[in-house]
Amino acid sequence: MHGVSEAEVVSGIAPFLGGYYLFLASMNAVMAFYLWHYKHRTNDALVWTAFSLFMVIVSAAAMGGSPPGLPESVRNLVNWLTGPVIYSVGTTVLLVIAYVLRRWWVKPMVAWTLLNISLVAMGVSMVDANFAAIVTKPDNVPIVGLVFLLGFFTWLATAKAVENDNRAKEGLPPTEKLDDEKVLVWPDLVYTELICMVALTALLLVWAIALQAPLEEPASSVKTPNPSKAPWYFLGLQEMLVYYDPWMAGVVLPSLVLVGLAAIPFLDFNKLGNGYYTIEQRKFSYLVFQFGFLELWITLIILGTFFRGPNWNIFGPFEFWDPHKVLALNNVDLSQYFWIGFMGEALPKPSPDATTLSQILTILLREWLGIVLVVLYFVALPPLMAATIFRGFFVKMGFLRFMLMANLLLFMAALPLKMVLRWTLNLKYIIAIPEFFLNF
Amino acid sequence: MSIGEMIRESQVWKSIFRHPMPQDRRNRIVVMLTNFFLHLHPVSIKKQGIALSYTWCMGGVTFFLFLVETVTGVLLMFYYRPTLEWAYNDILALRDVTSLGILRELHRWGAHAMVITVWLHMYRVFLTGSYKPPREFNWVIGVILLLLTLLLSFTGYLLPWDQLAIWAITVGSNMARATPILGHEGPGQQLLNIQGIDMITNASDARFALLGARFVGEETLNRFYILHCIAIPLGVALLLAIHFWRVRKDGGISGPL
Ligand code: HEM
Repeated sequence: MHGVSEAEVVSGIAPFLGGYYLFLASMNAVMAFYLWHYKHRTNDALVWTAFSLFMVIVSAAAMGGSPPGLPESVRNLVNWLTGPVIYSVGTTVLLVIAYVLRRWWVKPMVAWTLLNISLVAMGVSMVDANFAAIVTKPDNVPIVGLVFLLGFFTWLATAKAVENDNRAKEGLPPTEKLDDEKVLVWPDLVYTELICMVALTALLLVWAIALQAPLEEPASSVKTPNPSKAPWYFLGLQEMLVYYDPWMAGVVLPSLVLVGLAAIPFLDFNKLGNGYYTIEQRKFSYLVFQFGFLELWITLIILGTFFRGPNWNIFGPFEFWDPHKVLALNNVDLSQYFWIGFMGEALPKPSPDATTLSQILTILLREWLGIVLVVLYFVALPPLMAATIFRGFFVKMGFLRFMLMANLLLFMAALPLKMVLRWTLNLKYIIAIPEFFLNF
Repeated sequence: MSIGEMIRESQVWKSIFRHPMPQDRRNRIVVMLTNFFLHLHPVSIKKQGIALSYTWCMGGVTFFLFLVETVTGVLLMFYYRPTLEWAYNDILALRDVTSLGILRELHRWGAHAMVITVWLHMYRVFLTGSYKPPREFNWVIGVILLLLTLLLSFTGYLLPWDQLAIWAITVGSNMARATPILGHEGPGQQLLNIQGIDMITNASDARFALLGARFVGEETLNRFYILHCIAIPLGVALLLAIHFWRVRKDGGISGPL
């Protein structure tokens, strides 16, 4: 950071981190007590007691002004590794691993270990001035919360699904079925609601007192901040702008997200998994939704919030947001690849004097390859899917429903596909018709 | 007679609450039927329908946050004037002068929290397959509620009229000028053209309709203020009524058959 020395940052954040580690210590102490007293698992209890004690020591160190941080070399390595390819491919691979190994990580002790690791990682990273500056920006705090909440609820849902799937193998009904006795809403539900409301009010009050709502300088239409970011929940859309023009990233794709979401109940013909957690019984819809929600929505928001800095460049989590960082952009349109690279000619150019029709024809000639590819993708691929891997779907869904699903899926895949094309071929537009604002 | 009993035996109390304290089974049933607020709920419910580990209570939390936003929002309206002259200063005053300035924090963090809890609610509904018949339509209502929640948050973001606000809204609303056919930089905008005169210009396109001007200015502030404080909340309230009604009509919280 400019103007603030590393030492100042550390001393500023040290008291907070002291409290943070103390919280970690008590959290693990409670867990140890629970394991020992209620579960009689002395060995596990001992491990977490030891960890808790260790956290007390770390907390003391932090309060004394020297919280542990990451060595410079590790931070540099992480910064160096940060990039769109590693980030997107990495998170996707993580999701796949989480899916394949779900029976392992839903075990409470494994999940608890992972939680502790992520919390400690967060703590040691906070010592870094650049990391702290981004994470503690008031409007970014909710996203940190979102990440942990999503982690928790994904764990909860997966644990219940794994349990139900195991039960199904033994011919048992899902656990939800065991609770189908009726209870009176007063008091059972009404009191829960009341307690929830009180707890939430308390939480909101604490949050409001602890963290002041941001207010920057008065609006000025001449001073453009760099980076200019949309509100955090739209940063996934802003990230798409890197790969698609605004008409796609800002209008068509978001609309299709909504249409696609609304269409889910009418496309998912699978009757199983209605009213209980399961993965085995609805793998396809589960995987599509997880990929769409966690990968294409949430991780893009995280990327946009924490990793995108000035000029929308990517910055590592421990990297200074230098507005002068320049990245060479040498993206090439498909038509340029074809005419200049492959044919060795100049691009066909519509002459300004020609009639509109002949201009359009020249443009179509220039862009023919991209147009053919895109038409093939959206028109020829669905029947092909219906005839091959999605045969069963097609038979069950009928023509219209299948075509709708296939096109929605293809639009969804259009984003990761374009990302890969950009990373591998520096491809800018598949169809580039700036004359009509029609770049694809 | 204790004071509590005296109050509960009084004519005024009895005129408000049409039943005795719900301490026995009969009255616990009656209370649900005769109280306006409680009749939103059924009288009895499957145990699993109220298990926190099943619903995460996320729909309920979202609704509660909506109520918090409504109350704090109305109170904030007492302090805030949506004009270029006053908007920023009024927010500044909320921070530095007004004794109830914490309202703004409650409102802002409540809004962030609501966006998060809607997503989590949708996530839960998906993961339990609760959108499957007969609840398809309620899922669709939910998707519209999701959109409206985001729009509520988005329109509110502008109101403090600071750098954060106008640039976030500028970035967000710039997309609208690329709307196909209806945006002046959108594909197909040349199509709406009468005798060589473009119908879609930067002073008549989708973005202009949203902003009330060619850039984020006072007209935009007015538009977003009305959308944020009146139009969208009314829409949400109506849809929520349908949403809750449908939860009941579709057979209560989903569960295995
Ligand atoms: C302002 C936003 C919303 C509010 C306040 C809200 C509120 C609620 C509440 C209180 C319930 C009762 C069960 C529960 O708490 O989980 C519910 C159920 C339901 N919600 Fe929402 N909801 C909202 C948005 C959504 C969204 C975005 C979706 C999906 C896209 C959705 C779909 C559903 C469905 C299908 C049910 C029935 C679930 C079942 O029976 O298990 N809702 N909603």
